[in-house]
Amino acid sequence: MISQFFVLSQRGDNIVFRDYRGEVAKGSAEIFFRKVKFWKEDGQEEAPPVFNVDGVSYFHVKVVGLLFVATTRVNVSPSLVLELLQRIARVIKDYLGVLSEDSLRKNFVLVYELLDEVIDFGYMQTTSTEVLKSYIFNEPIVVDAARLQPLGPAAIFMQGTKRMPGTAITKSVVANEPGGRKREEIFVDIIEKISVTFSSSGYILTSEIDGTIQMKSYLTGNPEIRLALNEDLSIGRGGESANDYRSSYGSGAVILDDCNFHESVRLDSFDMDRTLALVPPDGEFPVMNYRMTQEFKPPFHINCLIEEAGHLKAEVILKVRAEFPSNITANTVVLEMPLPKYTTRASFELEPGVTGQRTDFKGANKKLEWDLEKFVGGVEHTLRAKLTFSQELHGEILADSKEI
Amino acid sequence: MAPPAQSQRSPSPSQPSGKSEVSDLKLQLRQLAGSRAPGVDDSKRELFKKVISYMTIGIDVSSLFGEMVMCSATSDIVLKKMCYLYVGNYAKVNPDLALLTINFLQRDCRDEDPMIRGLALRSLCSLRVANLVEYLVGPLGSGLKDSNSYVRMVAVMGVLKLYHISASTCIDADFPSILKHLMLHDSDTQVVANCLSALQEIWSAEASTSEEASREREALISKPFIYYLLNRIKEFCEWAQCLVLELVTKYVPSDSSEIFDIMNLLEDRLQHANGAVVLATIRVFLQLTLSMTDVHQQVYERIKAPLLTLVSSGSPEQSYAVLSHLHLLVMRAPYVFSSDYKHFYCQYNEPSYVKRLKLEMLTAVANESNTYEIVTELCEYAANVDIPIARESIRAVGKIALQQYDVNAIVDRLLQFLEMEKDYVTAEALVLVKDLLRKYPQWSHDCIAVVGNISSKNVQEPKAKAALIWMLGEYSQDMQDAPYVLESLVENWDEEHSAEVRLHLLTAMMKCFFKRPPETQSALGAALAAGIADFHQDVHDRALFYYRILRYNVSVAERVVNPPKQAVSVFADTQSSEIKDRIFDEFNSLSVLYQKPSYMFTDKEHRGPLEFADELGNLSIGEAANNVVPTQMVEENDKDLLLTTSEKEETKGSRNNGSAYSVPYDGSSTSVFASQTQIESAVSNPTLAGHSPQASFAIDDLLGLGIPAAPAVLSPPQLKLNTKAALDPSTFQQKWRQLPVALSQEISVSPQGVAALTAPQALLRHMQSHSIHCIASGGQSPNFKFFFFAQKFEESSNYLVECVINTSSAKAQVKIKADDQNTSQDFSTLFESALSKFGTS
Repeated sequence: MISQFFVLSQRGDNIVFRDYRGEVAKGSAEIFFRKVKFWKEDGQEEAPPVFNVDGVSYFHVKVVGLLFVATTRVNVSPSLVLELLQRIARVIKDYLGVLSEDSLRKNFVLVYELLDEVIDFGYMQTTSTEVLKSYIFNEPIVVDAARLQPLGPAAIFMQGTKRMPGTAITKSVVANEPGGRKREEIFVDIIEKISVTFSSSGYILTSEIDGTIQMKSYLTGNPEIRLALNEDLSIGRGGESANDYRSSYGSGAVILDDCNFHESVRLDSFDMDRTLALVPPDGEFPVMNYRMTQEFKPPFHINCLIEEAGHLKAEVILKVRAEFPSNITANTVVLEMPLPKYTTRASFELEPGVTGQRTDFKGANKKLEWDLEKFVGGVEHTLRAKLTFSQELHGEILADSKEI
Repeated sequence: MAPPAQSQRSPSPSQPSGKSEVSDLKLQLRQLAGSRAPGVDDSKRELFKKVISYMTIGIDVSSLFGEMVMCSATSDIVLKKMCYLYVGNYAKVNPDLALLTINFLQRDCRDEDPMIRGLALRSLCSLRVANLVEYLVGPLGSGLKDSNSYVRMVAVMGVLKLYHISASTCIDADFPSILKHLMLHDSDTQVVANCLSALQEIWSAEASTSEEASREREALISKPFIYYLLNRIKEFCEWAQCLVLELVTKYVPSDSSEIFDIMNLLEDRLQHANGAVVLATIRVFLQLTLSMTDVHQQVYERIKAPLLTLVSSGSPEQSYAVLSHLHLLVMRAPYVFSSDYKHFYCQYNEPSYVKRLKLEMLTAVANESNTYEIVTELCEYAANVDIPIARESIRAVGKIALQQYDVNAIVDRLLQFLEMEKDYVTAEALVLVKDLLRKYPQWSHDCIAVVGNISSKNVQEPKAKAALIWMLGEYSQDMQDAPYVLESLVENWDEEHSAEVRLHLLTAMMKCFFKRPPETQSALGAALAAGIADFHQDVHDRALFYYRILRYNVSVAERVVNPPKQAVSVFADTQSSEIKDRIFDEFNSLSVLYQKPSYMFTDKEHRGPLEFADELGNLSIGEAANNVVPTQMVEENDKDLLLTTSEKEETKGSRNNGSAYSVPYDGSSTSVFASQTQIESAVSNPTLAGHSPQASFAIDDLLGLGIPAAPAVLSPPQLKLNTKAALDPSTFQQKWRQLPVALSQEISVSPQGVAALTAPQALLRHMQSHSIHCIASGGQSPNFKFFFFAQKFEESSNYLVECVINTSSAKAQVKIKADDQNTSQDFSTLFESALSKFGTS
């Protein structure tokens, strides 16, 4: 049961403000923003997503720089509210195509309309884009997606030809195409977050994959869809600990530690032939989330060498090798490396003669970024970065990296 | 069209421009109101949008109320919606104008289109104007019977809104029973879910006054109703599923086969992608199996994987919520999660609130087999660029060390931290080394060698400085230059801003003086002089106290300041286990995130409808103690890590005592150090450790040191009790929970005893003279309740007693629990004889 819902911009302006129960004072948005902004004096720590001021609990999630906030005075389930906020953001995105401050401001009447149906007197009613469609009458005003950042994690390891143009992803679910024509499309993305820790000698210390199968459906008439997964798939169940089944299964089998499914998924034949049957509701939703810690070959191997080059200077050599076969090309690989707070300057040296690579030193969050537009399998790339510090360097720098 | 973003910029800096725009809008609305020209709806839309965008950014547009209502005569549903939104927002402040809207809203409630009926009904109920409720009853009644489920759904919530505006109207119209009927028979699950929410809220509010409502509320958790909901649970939407699951937690199944039925039915909910559903299911599982220990363990195993998946699949905010719950479970059952410790490793791009929780979890799951890896990982974080997290990781290493696993390796690591030469790392590590030394004095040699190399100039943080000074004082005989380091610190007395550091400096000087008098004497004099001149009350008092006690007798002073110390075996827990259990009972709620039970952060009237069973079945010692001394208990929860009872007594004592001699204790600080000094003085004085509520008595005694503190134990039978027994409340509570009742009996109290028992304190003093100490007491004539404890002489075996005395019947109900069951009979005899002497001596 929530009392208020509001969306704040990065500067703390109300974009949308809805009071459901009138229990919390109107100034709550301001109280909230001040608290979040000045959580700790030194500004080094982020405010946790839930906190309590004078008996009012504030929940917030950050989505594309906007703060989606709910307040309540009651002892509710935190994951319920946070999940709801996330879901509201997704429903709005389904409707508007693009979620941004601009699109929200242009469509705030529509958003109010949505909010009225999603929550009534603080109780959740429905967050299904499908159901909401029959209650909503405003037409979304489409914001030009071209100016936006290139698409998010949607297109990681898609092989060249199958990649969809970015505009399709940012299309509104409900808006009709110009010309009244509607394309029957469905997008299935598999997004995997691979976390690997290498030791300094290059051995893999921990490895983990968190994956999700995202679906975004523009199909009319809600047909049933069957999604066949790898037949060797098995899910670690029962009391086995993570270590046991690694050794007991042969190679080739894909063993998930655990997974969960969207509510529209029926698992009748899952045990037999690993098929998921579902009637996709409109909009974007995760069909399945899964997690595995099985040993696998990471797609990239990263090596980092740090040399202190005298007082206040250091040189970092980053080597990255693609471990996949050479007929596959990875697009848009980004390597990030956090640098010490007192790094003032960084200059880069790429391999001679390479194209399509960019390097950047982000002064604000002290990060080194290395973009590789195309990355052919089996190839190794090297980057040398010279860093200058304002303070003497102690210890070594932790090198983490992330591919997007 | 004018985008709201633009209109937002112009009016916000100066209010007047906003005003002129409002009057401008007013004019335009008025022009459109009567017009029937084609395309008028479009221009109305634009205007309405502007009005609502002003409303959103906080400009008062209530003056347009009349015009808005005039314009609302339209068939355009988008316009209607905007108008409803506006009206809902301002009706409360304009009750008279709100009357204007009733008419068109009521008309819309009879519209052909169910959407419009529903919308109008919702707006009508959202007006929140008390004198309009009479207009609500009719439309609500027909709304509840509407053929369209959307209208029914809205009407049900409307009933709840009506209840909040005027409870009596709602009850008089007999809406609750209509809702009940709907709840049991409606085909639409959302209607059922709304009925459930509404009825829970209404009946909980009514329960205190109406017998019937509380009966109805109980009926919600009756078997047929719960089964009715559970069998349909898959038809409910995910949010309603949470609601149902929450209700199921309140249900008490009659036998274990029922428990298994419910769990089998709900098992696939654990695979739901919505974290809220999964957590609610987990709560049901945990609550159901609470009394079945082995099944409860299986539940832990079963829920582990879904929880870990939730942590990694959602946004950081969602993982935070799930992690907090995991944290709670990890604290309860560390061994279940000890093999999954790698899941709690931090990733560099996680927000700090997630990292912090993960660090705590790593600390909790550390055991013999994984300590090495965990500590290695934590040491990596210590070199992290994120300073708060680096600090936190060092603290985590220290906590693991205090848990006694593989201390050897950890001490080495900590000492390496000291050599890392980063200010904050050194500071944190110093504090930890000090704590470690208190627990494992055998490491002092290795540590001292490293600590001795640290220049006190590089340590700036008060806590760390205090730790360093403590070590200098404590180990001054092993550290060559300790007196000189301390001396230089005394010389810079005025530059030391922290009172805590100055207090420790005084104590350290004293200790150093007893060990190496010639080298320290002059510096001590300087320190005492500076201390007495200090403007800080506690520093002043302590310096004066040291000065006087030195003048009185140096050897007594040494016994007070530097008595032989025992290693601290257990550091007091932050939270009593009672609080933790309370939080566990409120699994899947904010309590878990705040790590506080709900009564500490919600107002009574906002407890919510779902908490009604909370007051039941929570009969624990903490509860009893809570009734007795509520303020103290609450204080305790807030206090810092290492606060012991004796300290608390003294905090109270020094307050009672006003400006007279106060104990050398910095009442405002709850630091590790304060408690250390306290223990030092407490050990030297049995009465102090005796938890006497009469702190003034204790202080008198402290000043008269030479006198034997307590009368000798009277004719002890076989069993000898420790006169200096000490036990802190949380340990007491924990033990009370764990131990079985060894003996339970009824003792008669002598008439003299009854006469003497006018207040609980009288008995406390009496029992204390028999080495039986009281930890909590309370009650009023004729019923008194006491919790006593005693310790076996020269052993750490404890006896715990709950004693309820009824003075009118002159009987005492005694329950005894003991670490050592064999001697409980002896103790009981002793206790009985002590009690029988009450009032006679």
